[in-house]
Amino acid sequence: MSGFAKPLKIALGLAVIAGLIVIPMNFNRYGLFILSQWAVMTIAAMGLNLTLGYAGQVSLAQGAFVGIGAYAAAIMTTHGWPLPAAIVVAIILSFAVGWVLGYPALRVQHHYLAFVTLAFSTLAFLVFRNESWLTGGIYGISNIPRPHFFGIATNKPLPFYYVCLGSLAIVSLAVWWLIRSPWGRAFMALRENPLRAQSLGIDTRRYTLMAFAIGSALGGIAGALYAPLTQYIDPVPFNLSLSLDLLMMVIVGGAGFFLGPFLGAMIAVLLPEWLRFTEGYYLMLYAVAVILLLIWSPTGILGILDRAMAARRTKAASALRAVAKSRLETVQ
Amino acid sequence: MSAVLEVTNIKKNFGGISAVADVSFDVREGEILGLIGPNGCGKSTLFNCILGQLTPSGGEVKLDGKVVTGLRPAELNKLGVSRTFQLLQVFPKLSVRENLILAGQEHQGSMASRLVGRSDAGLTQAANQMIGFFKLDHLAAEPAGGLSYGQQKLLDAAMAFMGGPRLVLLDEPAGGVNPSMLSDLKERLVAINREKNATFVVIEHNMEFVMSLCSRVMVMAEGKVLAMGRPDEVRKNPAVIEAYLGH
Repeated sequence: MSGFAKPLKIALGLAVIAGLIVIPMNFNRYGLFILSQWAVMTIAAMGLNLTLGYAGQVSLAQGAFVGIGAYAAAIMTTHGWPLPAAIVVAIILSFAVGWVLGYPALRVQHHYLAFVTLAFSTLAFLVFRNESWLTGGIYGISNIPRPHFFGIATNKPLPFYYVCLGSLAIVSLAVWWLIRSPWGRAFMALRENPLRAQSLGIDTRRYTLMAFAIGSALGGIAGALYAPLTQYIDPVPFNLSLSLDLLMMVIVGGAGFFLGPFLGAMIAVLLPEWLRFTEGYYLMLYAVAVILLLIWSPTGILGILDRAMAARRTKAASALRAVAKSRLETVQ
Repeated sequence: MSAVLEVTNIKKNFGGISAVADVSFDVREGEILGLIGPNGCGKSTLFNCILGQLTPSGGEVKLDGKVVTGLRPAELNKLGVSRTFQLLQVFPKLSVRENLILAGQEHQGSMASRLVGRSDAGLTQAANQMIGFFKLDHLAAEPAGGLSYGQQKLLDAAMAFMGGPRLVLLDEPAGGVNPSMLSDLKERLVAINREKNATFVVIEHNMEFVMSLCSRVMVMAEGKVLAMGRPDEVRKNPAVIEAYLGH
């Protein structure tokens, strides 16, 4: 995205933020629900983007962490705890479990790691379904309250949408800081060349565990917002297909790009709604669109942009070289 | 002169094959030690045993008199041991400058301070100096993967020096580097050796490069030390000529 001038980028960003605040004021209940869901799924996808896109560690368990966060929030808020406290617990819990899940990644990589995380995903689902004393089993947990902030109730869809949007803003800033910090650079080193990283003093073990733990914690935050958003949870939304959906959001948006999850979640959450008019065909159209995109650009939507920018730079550089060459020839 | 690195009776077996058989030597402070020998004689395996990439089957490695056998590569690097690789090992998608900052950042502060502190860990200036020193100025913002082979070799070497190491093990730094760039590289290595008092061990097949750069040369064959001495002594050694130089 380096091709844009900086002021233009800032103006564009502010316009998008203003749009996200102002435009939904006229939305109906359902529109606001979909948009809130987009914000929540973006947070979860950002976590997976950190683990997979930046640190290169495959995970098929992000949906399970959304589930862990959602159940933590549902259980606590239905017992009278405030949502912020539940979010803190969701972060700590999913961070700790994510850290432990990172240990297999120290021994196995790529599709083997995918299988390990897939097994964990199934395990988490079984806990949600079978431990009914805690999770309500297949009947789930209902009447999950929405929070009050500074005396303002967020029961209505619009105020709660702002809670989701505000959370997304905070998480985005934190992730932006993290990937620009030396930690972000170390994560990319894990992805690009772990052997070289070790020889440069980078503690690959600790950074791998951190990548898993922080990515999972973001999944936990998303879950802790998902519970009060739907106000009812059962185990089904947190099965393997959520993990696969989140994986698709990251890949389609562009793994390893900061804005990838925003776009990926938009496509995964909003596109099915826009394609609703096609009725029974929408899943097919959606699938074909994703297949075509990934054939055209395996690095996702932002990968297309990135390539276009690179092509423009190369063109500019060869133009400069051509000028320099003609000058050299005149001198001779 | 005291020994920076002491290697005693290092052995490495892969199944029934002995890749390194009972090698002992030491590296003196401030010297450039050359390590030569035919392909497959165990030079790189010896490096990997010293650097913790492989666990030796026996023997001991001492750094500044302290036993460091079995430490992990990252821990050894923090103690001031750095390396370059025979095959290209850079971070292709990061820019040249980012590669160098990455190479130095773990030597700055604690892990927590690197999370809350400056995004460049205060290393932009040091990275730029290194870029200037290796004449990579015009490439500083380019992704490392887009550089030519020789330029990536230079970057690989530059990365090894970012943490201010006292001992650097270079595995075939001259391989695939064109002659003019090679004399540049030699000049840089000599300068760092003198100015920073860094000690080097260099694996290399380019005889001219080794003989003109190194103060001592160790010759290996079939996993054992065949000879050790000044370049001119080694060159005349009949056993060395038989095993290596004669062909």
